[in-house]
Amino acid sequence: MDIHEYQAKEMLAGFGVTVPPGALAYSPEQAAYRAREIGGDRWVVKAQVHAGGRGQSGGIKICDNEQEIYEAADGMFGQKLVTHQTGPKGKGIYRVFVETAVTVERELYLGLVLDRSSQRVMIVASAAGGMAVEEIAAEKPDSIVRALVEPAVGLQDFQAREMAFELGLDPALTRSFTRTLQGCHRAFTELDATMVEINPLVITGDNRMLALDARMTFDANALFRHPQVSELRDKSQEDPREARAADRGLSYVGLDGNIGCIVNGAGLAMATMDTIKLAGGAPANFLDIGGGATPERVAKAFRLVMSDTNVQAVLVNVFAGINRCDWVAEGVVQALRDVSVDVPVVVRLAGTNIAEGQKILAKSGLPIIRANTLSEAAERAVGAWKHDRSQGFNPRSAASANTLRVVS
Amino acid sequence: MSILINRGTKVIVQGITGRMARFHTADMINYGTNVVGGVVPGKAGESVAGVPVFNTVKKAVAETGAEASLVFVPPPFAADSIMEAADGGIRYCVCITDGIPAQDMIRVKRYMYRYPKDRRMVLTGPNCAGTITPGEALLGIMPGHIYQPGNVGIVGRSGTLGYEAASQLKTLDIGVSTSVGIGGDPINGSSFKDILERFEQDDQTHVICMIGEIGGPQEAEAAEYIRDHVTKPVVAYVAGLTAPKGRTMGHAGAIISAFGESASEKAEILSAAGVTVAEHPSQIGDTVAQVLKRAA
Repeated sequence: MDIHEYQAKEMLAGFGVTVPPGALAYSPEQAAYRAREIGGDRWVVKAQVHAGGRGQSGGIKICDNEQEIYEAADGMFGQKLVTHQTGPKGKGIYRVFVETAVTVERELYLGLVLDRSSQRVMIVASAAGGMAVEEIAAEKPDSIVRALVEPAVGLQDFQAREMAFELGLDPALTRSFTRTLQGCHRAFTELDATMVEINPLVITGDNRMLALDARMTFDANALFRHPQVSELRDKSQEDPREARAADRGLSYVGLDGNIGCIVNGAGLAMATMDTIKLAGGAPANFLDIGGGATPERVAKAFRLVMSDTNVQAVLVNVFAGINRCDWVAEGVVQALRDVSVDVPVVVRLAGTNIAEGQKILAKSGLPIIRANTLSEAAERAVGAWKHDRSQGFNPRSAASANTLRVVS
Repeated sequence: MSILINRGTKVIVQGITGRMARFHTADMINYGTNVVGGVVPGKAGESVAGVPVFNTVKKAVAETGAEASLVFVPPPFAADSIMEAADGGIRYCVCITDGIPAQDMIRVKRYMYRYPKDRRMVLTGPNCAGTITPGEALLGIMPGHIYQPGNVGIVGRSGTLGYEAASQLKTLDIGVSTSVGIGGDPINGSSFKDILERFEQDDQTHVICMIGEIGGPQEAEAAEYIRDHVTKPVVAYVAGLTAPKGRTMGHAGAIISAFGESASEKAEILSAAGVTVAEHPSQIGDTVAQVLKRAA
C-alpha cells in the first residue's frame, strides 16, 4: 500500500527524521493561507499523487508569493498528473502540499528495501541524489553504497557511520545522518514497510540535513496490526476496478488488451495471459479468483471483467483440484445466468471430474465455447475476438446486450 | 527414494481444528500420509480425523515421534507456529498460509539459523500448495490423483500452475518423484536452489522441472547453481510474459522491481545456464517428455 509524500514525512518526522516545515491544502485558497502560516519568503507547491517523477511533469512549483501559490495550486487541483510512473491515464490531484523552500547544497539518495536475496532489510544510499534510483544504478553505479541489517539486533550506528564516510559527508553531519537512518529503519520495521525512500535527502546551505521528498510503501499483509497505516489509504489514487476487486477479495490488475481472463491461482493466471499473447491476442486483465472458485466468486469475477469496456471475449480457465469440475461448471453456468455477458465466453476446465463438468456446460444451453487444453482455450478466445473484429462487429455496442451470442 | 517426505514420515498438523485443516487432514490420511496428530493450544484431548490433538509441538513430538509438520495457522500467528515447530524438533515443515507479513518471515528465517545445520528444520512455503511424493505421502492441499509416481522432480512457486504441469505429465504417462511448492511470497523458507540441490542428490529423480514466475532473484540464483552443480537435465517455464513492471500479480512476490526479474529475462538467464525452457505453458509436459527421451 502506498501513501502520499506529506503522510510519509509526517510519519518519518515522528521517528526523528528532519523535514522542512510544510502543510497540506485541499484548495488554492487554503494553499495560500497555509503558506502564510508556515512563514518564510519562498515556498514549494507539490501535487500529492502516488507516483514519482512529479518534478518533470509540472507537479512541483516554486513560488515567491501568495498569488503565485494560489495560481500554482489552482492549476493543479482536479487535474490528472501524468509521470513516467503513473501510466498514460495519470493520477488525480486532490491535495497539494505547501512547503518552505530550502537552499540545497548537496542531494543524496537514501532507500530502505526488503532484499529478497539476503532476506533482510537492505539500506541503499548514493551521493547522486535527486534522480530515480534506477537511473543512479544505470549511470552512476559506483556512487551506490549498501548495508544489510542483521534482523536479530537491528541497524547499528557503525553501519550508518560507515555509510556517511563512504558518501563523503562532512563529519559534522555524521550524527544527523545516523539519526535519519535509524529513524527510517525504526519506521520501516515498526510499521511493516516494504520500502522507505528519501530522495533527495539534502544538505542545506546552512549545513542541515533534511528529507526533501519521502515515499513509503507498506506490506498489505501486515495492515491488520497497523490501523493507523490502513487509515492513510487514498482510493482516489487507485484504479477504481482494482480497488473494487480488492474490496471483494479478488486480485485484479487491469491491462490494455481485449480478452478478459478469469483464472484460479496467480501462477496459472499469468500462464493463461502468456498463452493469449502467444496465440496473437492481448489480455485485458490479470484476475486470480483464488483456489476455491466458488460460484459467488465466479459471478463476481464476471461482473468485474465485464465492467472493462475494452473486453471483447472472456476466457475462463479453472484447474479444479479439491473442488471438482462439475461443481465449478455449475458455478460458471449460474454466473452466466445472473450476469449479462454479451461477448464470446471460452471455458476451459481441468482436473477432477472433468467429464461431468463438460456435460454440465454442454447441457446448459448457453453458448459457451469449450476448450480442453490451455492453448486451445487461448486460440479459441483469440479466434472469437478476431472473428468479431473482422466482421466489423463490436459486441459491446450491440443492442441485445443481455443475451449471449453463439459463435461458431 | 524421493525427497523431503515418504510413506513413513510422521506428520502433525498445526491448526488442525480449523475448517480447511480438518478437510485436508482427512484428505491426506486418505491418500496414505502418516498423520499422527495435530497441535492447537488449549485443545489437547480432542481428536480430528482419528488423530489426537496436543497443546504444543514439543508435546506432540514427544508423544508421537512426529518429524514433519503442516502449518494451517492464520497469517497473524503463522510465523510463531513455524518457529514453534523449528524449536520443537520438527525436521520438515510446510506452511500453507497465505498472507504472512514479510518481516515476520525475516524473523522466522533468522530464528531457524540459530540451530546448527544438522538440527535445522527445513521449511517450504509459506503461501504454497505443499509437497507430494506420489503414491507415498502428501503434505499439503493438492489433489493427489493428478500425480503419478515416477522420475520427474517438480519445484514451483505456484499451486494451480503446478497442478497444470503435473496433469500434463500424467496425460503423457510421465510420473513424478516428488513435487515441491516453494510458494509465492517474497521471503520463503526454501529457494529453487535449495530444492534443486536435493533433487540432484535423489536417485529416483532423473529430470527436474522448475516452474518460476516474475519477481525476485531466485530463478537467476537457481540458473547459476544449475550451471555449476546440477548434472541432471532441467526443464523450466517462467510465467508472466505479459505482466507489467511494478505491479503485484496475485502472489505477494510476483512483482518486477529490478532488472532480471521479468519472465523473458529469467527465461534467457535459465537458457544460458543450459536449462531447456518451455516457451509455452501448454508445452511443459511435452518438453519434459523430449528431455526424458534424450536422457534415456
